[in-house]
Amino acid sequence: MTIIKPFPRVTNIKRLKLIANMIRQDIIQALVAAGSGHSAGPLGMADVFTALYFNVLVHNPQNPFWEGRDRLILSNGHICPVLYAALANTGYFPRAELKTLRHLGTRLQGHPHRTALPGLETTSGPLGSGLSQAAGAAYALRMDKKKNRVYCLMSDGEQEAGQTWEAAMFVGKNKLSNLTAFIDRNNIQIDGTTEEIMPLEPLADKYRAFNWHVLEIDANNVKAVIDACNEARAITERPTLIIAHNTPGKGVSFMENNYEWHGKPPTAEQAKIALRELQVWRSQIMSGRD
Amino acid sequence: MGSINPRMYLIDALYSKNVKKVNTRDGYGKGLVKAGEKNPDVVVICADLTESTRSLWFQEKFPDRFVEVGVAEQNMASLAAGMAATGKVVFISSYAAFSPGRNNEQIRTTISYNSWKSKPGKEINVKIGGAHAGISVGPDGATHQQLEDVALMRMQPGMTVLVPCDDVECEKATVAAAEYPGPVYIRFGRTSYPSYTTIKTPFQIGRIEEFRSGKDCTIIANGPLLYEALIAAKKLEKEIDCQVLNCHTVKPLDCGTLLKAVQKTGCVVTAEEHQWLGGLGGAIAEFISEVYPVPIKRIGVQDRFGESGNPDELFKEFHLTADDIVKAVREAVRMKQWQKRK
Repeated sequence: MTIIKPFPRVTNIKRLKLIANMIRQDIIQALVAAGSGHSAGPLGMADVFTALYFNVLVHNPQNPFWEGRDRLILSNGHICPVLYAALANTGYFPRAELKTLRHLGTRLQGHPHRTALPGLETTSGPLGSGLSQAAGAAYALRMDKKKNRVYCLMSDGEQEAGQTWEAAMFVGKNKLSNLTAFIDRNNIQIDGTTEEIMPLEPLADKYRAFNWHVLEIDANNVKAVIDACNEARAITERPTLIIAHNTPGKGVSFMENNYEWHGKPPTAEQAKIALRELQVWRSQIMSGRD
Repeated sequence: MGSINPRMYLIDALYSKNVKKVNTRDGYGKGLVKAGEKNPDVVVICADLTESTRSLWFQEKFPDRFVEVGVAEQNMASLAAGMAATGKVVFISSYAAFSPGRNNEQIRTTISYNSWKSKPGKEINVKIGGAHAGISVGPDGATHQQLEDVALMRMQPGMTVLVPCDDVECEKATVAAAEYPGPVYIRFGRTSYPSYTTIKTPFQIGRIEEFRSGKDCTIIANGPLLYEALIAAKKLEKEIDCQVLNCHTVKPLDCGTLLKAVQKTGCVVTAEEHQWLGGLGGAIAEFISEVYPVPIKRIGVQDRFGESGNPDELFKEFHLTADDIVKAVREAVRMKQWQKRK
């Protein structure tokens, strides 16, 4: 029997920042090649995905079905460009394939499909069902007395969906401490800001009332993401929710905090500017002036 | 002249007035326990209807493998998908009006599509038990009389749809569903029906069984209407020789057996406790109209909602009785003869 070793953790923060920068560039290139898709969300969550795939998760890109892996359930499937970029950069599939995003015959469907691409744990897109699936996985793993952890990523907009709260109640009742959920808190959704469309605050208090441990972090800080996950791992009596405050469109000046960039890709011209900005940021990280 | 197929091992007293009546859902409950005994990965989830869906019997036997989610059918469906993705075989139990009635999208995305094109052994093994389906829920009224579920489930790629005819077959269907790869929908009603199949009656997912041979007209039925079809065939014995097929698997359809049957008899009557659109009748009509067009009549609820009443009254009110099947058979045969004359 061959022993499967997990993907080696990257602990150097500067290296993690550079990886996040690379993932952002990959997102821009994939989106411009696709000609449709979501820009702001994936860019905002690049640091979270970097922290998860390069430091936090126990996984092995050469053995995507490895029993010993942690599970990452992406509930808000529309930010999949960042998931695809993270998977490609850890070696689940060739990076060149990122440019096939959303094209006919691609493994990189517009919203992720579990059986299409190695490394995907679920099919998602319609919002509100990811936390339920993560809860199912966490419950089943606990039944089997397995130590693997389950991570679930949700958007803030999908906190408006009733099913999210059905699942939140279930997770709280069953004290699924092997489950850590993130809310991609970037305050925007398609029709405007979340607090205009359907006010979500006080979000932390709501989850606390459902028997969750709640943390709020700056999710554009990879170290803060790693620290929060470590804290969640140490808490054994209840599930943890990490409210991941982030800047949508992070790293591209004209996309940052602008909800109009929720659901569209850059044009070739805009992509050029975006990539130039990201390269400037990269050299700043290299020289420690970021 | 046709007759009851001896290889189906139906009870001898098939047409006796004293034929034993049993709740079909009892078969589901027994099947769950059996499946749980066979496979330690079988889990049952229920949404606050543990006793009436008979999931209780599994809960009593395997409390550690039973999960209560409360009144939350959408969560139940996706929760099951998450468990199935980690290797469990998960039955979700509720009334058909709520599951798949309410959680259709969750079943579509997180179960059926999630399972679509899986590597063998990596399917999303969620089995949906839709209880209290059909108008026979009776006094509860139209909100609880799910009549569109077979159509809903049949439309989903990769979904298997089973409508067992009595408690014994429902037990077999439940056990078979646990072993069958991918998502399966098992549909059954609340009230008690004649229990006339036996342990020896053959059952295989995807196979139509000929319960009665005949040469003049093929009656294809499932669920409680299959017994009505057998009674209709008996009533017509001296006039029209009816073949009666048990089509418990609405999807995937046993096209080979169907084709042979319609080639022989040249006309068809379908019967089901469901809307006449999109269910068994829809499936058969789609198939024969494309492959071997012959006259067809469909017995089903004719594009209306149910209402309160006793099951027997409702079956009459909604034209789902043996007498209605008799009329339909006569008409189908008349259409066949008229076409021949032309």
